[in-house]
Parts: sequence; structure tokens; C-alpha cells
Amino acid sequence: MNLTDSALLNSYSLYALYSAMAVYALAFIAFAIDLARRSSAVGVIEAAHLVEQDAAASAGAAPPAGGTLTLKRPVLSRISARMDNDAALPYGRSSSLRVGVSLTVLAWALHLAATVMRGFAADRVPWANMYEFAMTGTLLIMTVFLLVLVRSDLRFLGTFVTGLVLVLLGIAALQFYVEVAPLPPALQSAWLVIHVFVASLGTGMFALGFALSTVQLLQSRRENHVLEGVVSPRGAIASALRLRFLATLPSSATLENLSYRINIVGFILWTFTLMAGSIWAEQAWGRYWGWDTKEVWTFIIWVIYAGYIHARATRGWRGSRSAWLSIIGFSAVMFNFGIVNVFFKGLHAYSGL
Amino acid sequence: MAALSRPSDHYDSRPQTPGVLQPKLGLTGWLRWFWRQLTSMRTALFLLLMLAIAAIPGSLVPQRSSDPNGVTQYFADNPDLAPALDQLQAFDVYTSAWFSAIYLLLFISLIGCVIPRTKHHFLALRAKPPTTPARLSRLAGFTERDAPAEADAAAAITYARTLLKSSGYRVARFEAEGESSVSAERGYLRETGNLIFHGALVGVLITVGFGGGYGFSGQRVLVEGQTFVNTLLAYDSFNPGRFFDDGTLDPYTLSLDDFAVAYEQLNLQAYGQPIDFTADVTVTPKGAEAEPSAVKVNGPLRTNGTSIYLLGNGYAPTIQVTAPDGTVVFSDSVPFLPQDANLTSLGIVKVPDGLAEQLGMIGFFYPTQDKAQSGANFSSYPDLEYPLLTLNVYTGDLGLDDGVPTSVYALVTDDLTRQTGGTTGVDSIELKPGESTELPNDLGTVSFIDNDPAASAAGDFKQSVPRFASFDIHHDPTQIWLISFSALVLFGLFTGLLVPRRRVWVKATTRADGTVHLEYAGLARGDDPALKIAVTALADRHLKLLKFHQPIAATPEST
Ligand code: HEM
Repeated sequence: MNLTDSALLNSYSLYALYSAMAVYALAFIAFAIDLARRSSAVGVIEAAHLVEQDAAASAGAAPPAGGTLTLKRPVLSRISARMDNDAALPYGRSSSLRVGVSLTVLAWALHLAATVMRGFAADRVPWANMYEFAMTGTLLIMTVFLLVLVRSDLRFLGTFVTGLVLVLLGIAALQFYVEVAPLPPALQSAWLVIHVFVASLGTGMFALGFALSTVQLLQSRRENHVLEGVVSPRGAIASALRLRFLATLPSSATLENLSYRINIVGFILWTFTLMAGSIWAEQAWGRYWGWDTKEVWTFIIWVIYAGYIHARATRGWRGSRSAWLSIIGFSAVMFNFGIVNVFFKGLHAYSGL
Repeated sequence: MAALSRPSDHYDSRPQTPGVLQPKLGLTGWLRWFWRQLTSMRTALFLLLMLAIAAIPGSLVPQRSSDPNGVTQYFADNPDLAPALDQLQAFDVYTSAWFSAIYLLLFISLIGCVIPRTKHHFLALRAKPPTTPARLSRLAGFTERDAPAEADAAAAITYARTLLKSSGYRVARFEAEGESSVSAERGYLRETGNLIFHGALVGVLITVGFGGGYGFSGQRVLVEGQTFVNTLLAYDSFNPGRFFDDGTLDPYTLSLDDFAVAYEQLNLQAYGQPIDFTADVTVTPKGAEAEPSAVKVNGPLRTNGTSIYLLGNGYAPTIQVTAPDGTVVFSDSVPFLPQDANLTSLGIVKVPDGLAEQLGMIGFFYPTQDKAQSGANFSSYPDLEYPLLTLNVYTGDLGLDDGVPTSVYALVTDDLTRQTGGTTGVDSIELKPGESTELPNDLGTVSFIDNDPAASAAGDFKQSVPRFASFDIHHDPTQIWLISFSALVLFGLFTGLLVPRRRVWVKATTRADGTVHLEYAGLARGDDPALKIAVTALADRHLKLLKFHQPIAATPEST
């Protein structure tokens, strides 16, 4: 491809990327509105619940079991058979949720187009520097999210995923942008394609696992409040007010299982990333492992997730404690990408900015 | 339900009743207690987290193994802090006592954990699935169905047994008063995979730990046209492993015929960025035909049991020094070390003999020379467009005769007299390919030999200066083991994490009115997202089979 074509294609790629970011921003808003609606829906249901309980109490009778049942139950949201629908409160179809998903798909298509055009403009895979790696990595995070949506209804994570991708893309476009350049000899390897691609896929999994673990922690806090609330329903509801939408999400146990399943896939991908990286390092540098800073952090992340998997199998560590390890693990992934690449010295540095 | 012989604090093990330990422990008691602690899940988890934390400092402080210059710099920058850190082995984190202690304990724990489990798993592989529990209704995915009118309990269970067996379950049949049942288990591969995973990790550790000992790594710089024989003396530096025998070096020869480079010229954003380095070499095994081959940056050459990597390259200007009487006292292509992306290169020439005084020269080579406003030379492009060599001349004792090894890439000027440049008032020597000039003090003449004078005369300097390539040559006979263990690690992970292990029961009870009541239930052994679906699907298929095949003759059979 000649240079003017390449430059033109690259500028189209940039337009597509900025459009994708704009649409992601709209999707983020739609998802956020959905969370707000969930909260207010929960407010209405719980208020009704309270009124019933008060009425029952004043009538001297026990509160009716499952007070919410007396309300008109909204149609259940689509939840695949793989996920238990054990949300505390049912939550109906939400137009903003559907708008959010549609916008996300549209933005994803633009994002994909931007990445593919960048690849053609450079005449190689579009993940050879930080800008391109961020672009492809976030594309894969989003792809993983959309694919998981087909199996399990995790749309409630939309705010998190679009928000994360938006922030990362913003940093990439503003801080890391570089013009199209050919691959330096050190990066001309099939292992670049494999290693980086699988690492990004793994990162996508870990991102979802992180989000689910975070919601799990919030949810288990809410569940504890509700348990205490057996004594004083008013106090519990008041304390749970701030994140009322949690009542419409699956139970913390379900979230924990989902997070675990996604994280173990991420762990397998990460193990492969580590091995593919060693094979590549052997070919490029003549040693498969040399404790280069990037290698150190890849190893640390691997060990943290091995710890997470163990924690899930250790009595006393299931539940919230293991969730923290999933959160720490993903924080290390982000640290490895954002901080180690930019500020730490090492052999990988030349592939950086 | 039989325990899996997992550590007692595995979530799936029965809680230990306190008081199991005798109050009087004694030495063996204590040892056993200690061993149980060491091989517990909590200890493994703790050690894993410790390992992650202990690895962090090595990314914050430069390491001797990967960045020796960084360590030197760190000592210069932090003269107070560095020695203290050094006491803590902070510059050798990954071989430090504390880091080693953590991973060795972890692996002892691992072995102590895996061996009893392997033994137990071996037995489990041959054991029959356990008896059907009395109350299935308390188990996961419990489903009830009514068998078709004519079916009888024994026949229904025969079908269930066949169905389960064909789906890969190990089955056992149980008969009781008015009640037939089949107990089935599948997914032993999950535990097998888990054990293979942990075992292969030990394999990786041992291979990495001892692997280096059986090989060697060596470095050698070759200028275009030079040949290297794979013998100890021919290496610029050589690091044998502990168990490596120098006598086993295979004396093949390696010649660098040509070093081809390509730099980006069209894309102005990346102008001068290297696109390709290829070392065209000829390998001649001992007593065999020469074979042309190539070494590239990502493409090591595997030959004669060694791997040859291309790790660096640069220019090696051919410099000749002639005494006043016309005898050539120095003539060599001297590798100049690249200092920047445009290959401004620094090189040293030492002429100990043949002149009135010992002569040392510090040279800069600019493949495409340009002048900054300050008047300083710099290189503006890495290829040979407008090459220039500058030399600063020193005379005096080069210190070569003291018996102290000196680097060919450094000139200690403390005891030397500077003759050109600096404050001497004499201009530094500047030479283009093919040019010569007088040395100061009537020492003689220095020439910058042109490799391709005809082309240079026509303004094409591309071939005027030879290039060098620096090769790393490695031999590591254990790499094949490492690859194999890594493949096992991956295989073990896939099966250990993703294969569901579950038990399933089907029970048929004949009611008082002669109809048959069917119950189905399952039990997950480890994470099993699809258990309920699997039980329901089993019930559906079973019922379909019964409807399709009836009436059937009861065929009592044993397992
Ligand atoms: C280098 C250290 C270790 C690493 C990296 C590691 C990693 C892992 C991983 C990734 C898994 C899940 C994979 C699978 O189930 O096949 C796992 C499971 C397991 N590991 Fe380890 N492990 C280590 C040491 C240990 C030690 C010392 C023990 C014994 C105390 C142990 C006991 C177990 C057990 C019982 C499981 C099964 C967990 C379950 O039931 O889900 N591991 N380990």
C-alpha cells in the first residue's frame, strides 16, 4: 500500500475510533439510566412492601410471605438457563437497557472498523505499540462482554464495561497516539500475534471477573444488611438505599460463581500468554525467562490468580475474601498495562509508546 | 461420600473434629502436625500470595541478572541506600534466600499435597461409584418423573444404566426391596488433570533449576567476511553451566558473509526506523559440506546442537595505521558500538607496538554525518549516506603489559597524553572512506580504508564500511523438557478446571399400584455450572427411551 492511501486509511480509522468513543459514551449513559431506574423500581416495591408489613402488623397478623408477590410482577428479564435467576426482586424489561446494548453493539462495530483499518494502514496486525494495543485490547474486552451476554444476562455490567473501555480508549487516543510505523525487526514474529492477542483476550475475561467480584462484594454487603433487617426492616432498607439496584441483581453466591467461571478461563488464557511469551523471548533474545519487569508482572498476575483459584477452594476463603483476590488480580493487570509499560525500564520498553 | 484426600481445610473436605490430635504430641506428633500445616490449603494460599508479593521488588530495583548496568547506575545514584538494599539481596531478588525459601516451601507443600491425592485418585479410579443415597430429593437438580405405564423398575434402571454408560459415566447398580437404582460418576479426568498440572509445575521448576547447568551460552562478534570456529577460545565471552564439559563443543564453523539491513525511507513518520536485519551466514559442520543459512532477529539458527541468535549489529570501519617507514602496524575492521538510533558509533583503536610511542585512539563513526548548530557532529540516518570517522589520538602507556585484562571497547586515558581535540589546539582527525592523514608528532599515518572505492567515487557509500553482527550462541539440552512440561501444565489446567466431575443417580421405585416412580439427582464435585441442566436432560432422554422401547423384557444384569 502506498503512503497516501495508508495515511488516508489511518485518518478514517481515527474518525471511526472517535465515533466509537462517542457512541460508547451514549451507551454508558443508557446503562447508567438503567441502574437508576432499577433503584427507583426497587424503591417503589420496597415501599409497597413496607406499607403491607405495617398494615399487617397493625392488624396483628404476620406479614404475608413474599410481600412482593402481591404486586403485579413485571415480566422477568431474559436470563439464560445457565444463570440462576435468584435476584431478590424481579425487574422488568428495561428500554434503556436495550438501548444501551444496541448502542454498545454499534460502537463495537465502529471500534472494530477502526482497528481493522489501522491494521490495513500499517499493513500488519494492529497491536504493535501502546496505542494499538489499547485499541485492540479494549475491542477484545468488549467482544468478550458481548459474547458472554449471549449466554448469561450480564447487561447490568454495561456501565462498568463501557466506562472502562471509554477511559482506556481516551487515554490511548490522547496519550499514546503514534503515527503508523513499520514493525521493528524485534517485533516481527508470529508470536507477537499469538502472545498479544491471547493476553488481550485474557484481560477481557479478567475485566468481567473483576466487575462481577466487585458487584458480589456490594451484593453480599446488601445481603448482610437484609439479614440484619429481619430485626428492623426500615433500618436495612435505609442503609441499602444508596445502591438499591443491587436488589435486582443476582445473589452474591451466583455472582461469585459467574466470576469464578470467567476468571478460570482468563487464567488459562493467561497461562498460555506466559508460555507463548517465553517461547517468543527465547527466539528474540535467546532466553525464555529473564525476570524482565514485564515478565515479572506477568508472573505476579499469574500467581495472584492461582491464589484466587486456591482461595475459592479453601475453607474460610470463599466468598468475599476470594473476591478481593480477583479485584487485586485485575488491578495488577491494569498496572502491568498502564504503569509498567510506561514507567518501568525493561526489554519490552521499545514496544511501548 | 468418600473424601478426595484433599487437604483438610479444602472446602469440600469434612471439617476436622477438634481433639483428633492427642494432647501429648511427642516428636513424631509434632512433625506430623507441622507436615499437615505445611500441606494445608491455607498454607499453599499464603505461600502463593507471599510469592506474588516477593516478586514485586525485583521490578522496582534493577536486577544484576537482567540489567547489570542499571545496578551500577543505582549504586552511583543512591550511594547510601544501595549497599543496604544489597544486604537484603534486593539486586538479586530471584535468586535471593528469601525468594527461594518461599518457592521451595511452596513446592514442598505442593509435593506433600499431591502425593497422597495421587495415591487416593489411583484407588478412586478403580473403585465403584458409591451407594445411592436414601433421599435424592435433597441433592442438586432433583427431578421426578412417572415411568410409562408398562415399564418396570428393573428395566427402567437397565436403560438408565446404558444411557449413563454411553455418556461416559462409570456406573454401579443397586437393588433393594421394591427399588432399583444406578449410581454413576464421571469426570475423573478433572482430578487427573489437576494432579498432572501440579506435577508438571514441579517438572518445570526442576527443569528450570537444573536446565541451565547442562548448557552454555557464549557471545561472539563477527565482522562481514570473518569466520568463527565453535571452540572455547574463539568466544568473546563464554558462560558454561555447572555440568557442562567444554570438551563436548562441536567445532563447526560459522562465517558471516553479508549483513543486510533495510531502513524505512518512504514513511516520514518512521524515517530511518529499521525494518529488517539479516545475517547471511555459512555453516560448515565438521567434516561436512558448507551450508548457506541466515540468522534474523526473531529467527535464530538452530544448528549442530546450538542456537545462534542475532542480538546486535553495527559498523566496523577498517582502520590502518602505518609507521613513518611504511610498515603497517595496525590494520583491522574495528567494531564500533552504536550509541543511538542513527548509529552514531563509538570505537577504540589500540596500537601497542611498532610506533615510537604506544598509540590509542577514540573514534566516532557517523554513517550519515551532519553538523549541529553548535558545530558538533551527529548522525542523521543509520545507513551509509555520508560516512565520516573522527579520531582523537592519545599516546603513552596503554596499560596492556600489566597483565590486567582490559576491555577492547574502552580506553583508560588517565595516564595518556592527549594529542588531538579538546584543549590540545590540534583538530581531531576527520576521515571519509578512502582518506588518510598524518598522525601528530610524526608518529605515522592513519587511513580509513574504503571497502568499495569504485562505488564511493560515484557517490554511493553503501558498501564502503563493513558491518558487524554480534551473535549469542546457546546450547540448552533441557528445553525440550521444558516445552513438554509446559504442554502438560496447559493440558492439566484445561481438564482440571473445565471438565465437570459429577455424580448422578437414577432411582426407580415401584409404587403400591404397580406404577414406577423415577427420581434423578446429581452432585457436583467442584465447580459444575451445567449440573442441573445435565440431570434434567438425563431425565428427558431416559423417559424418551423408555417410551420408545416399551414394552421391554427385563434383563437383569450386574455391573
Ligand atoms: C506452585 C504452586 C501452585 C500453583 C501455581 C497452583 C495452582 C493451582 C491451580 C491453577 C489450580 C486449579 C487448576 C486445577 O484444578 O487443575 C489449583 C488447584 C488446586 N491446588 Fe494448587 N497450586 C499450587 C500449589 C498447591 C499446593 C501446595 C497445594 C496443596 C496444599 C495445592 C492444592 C490444590 C488443590 C487441592 C486444588 C483443587 C482446587 C479445587 O478443588 O478446585 N496446590 N492449583
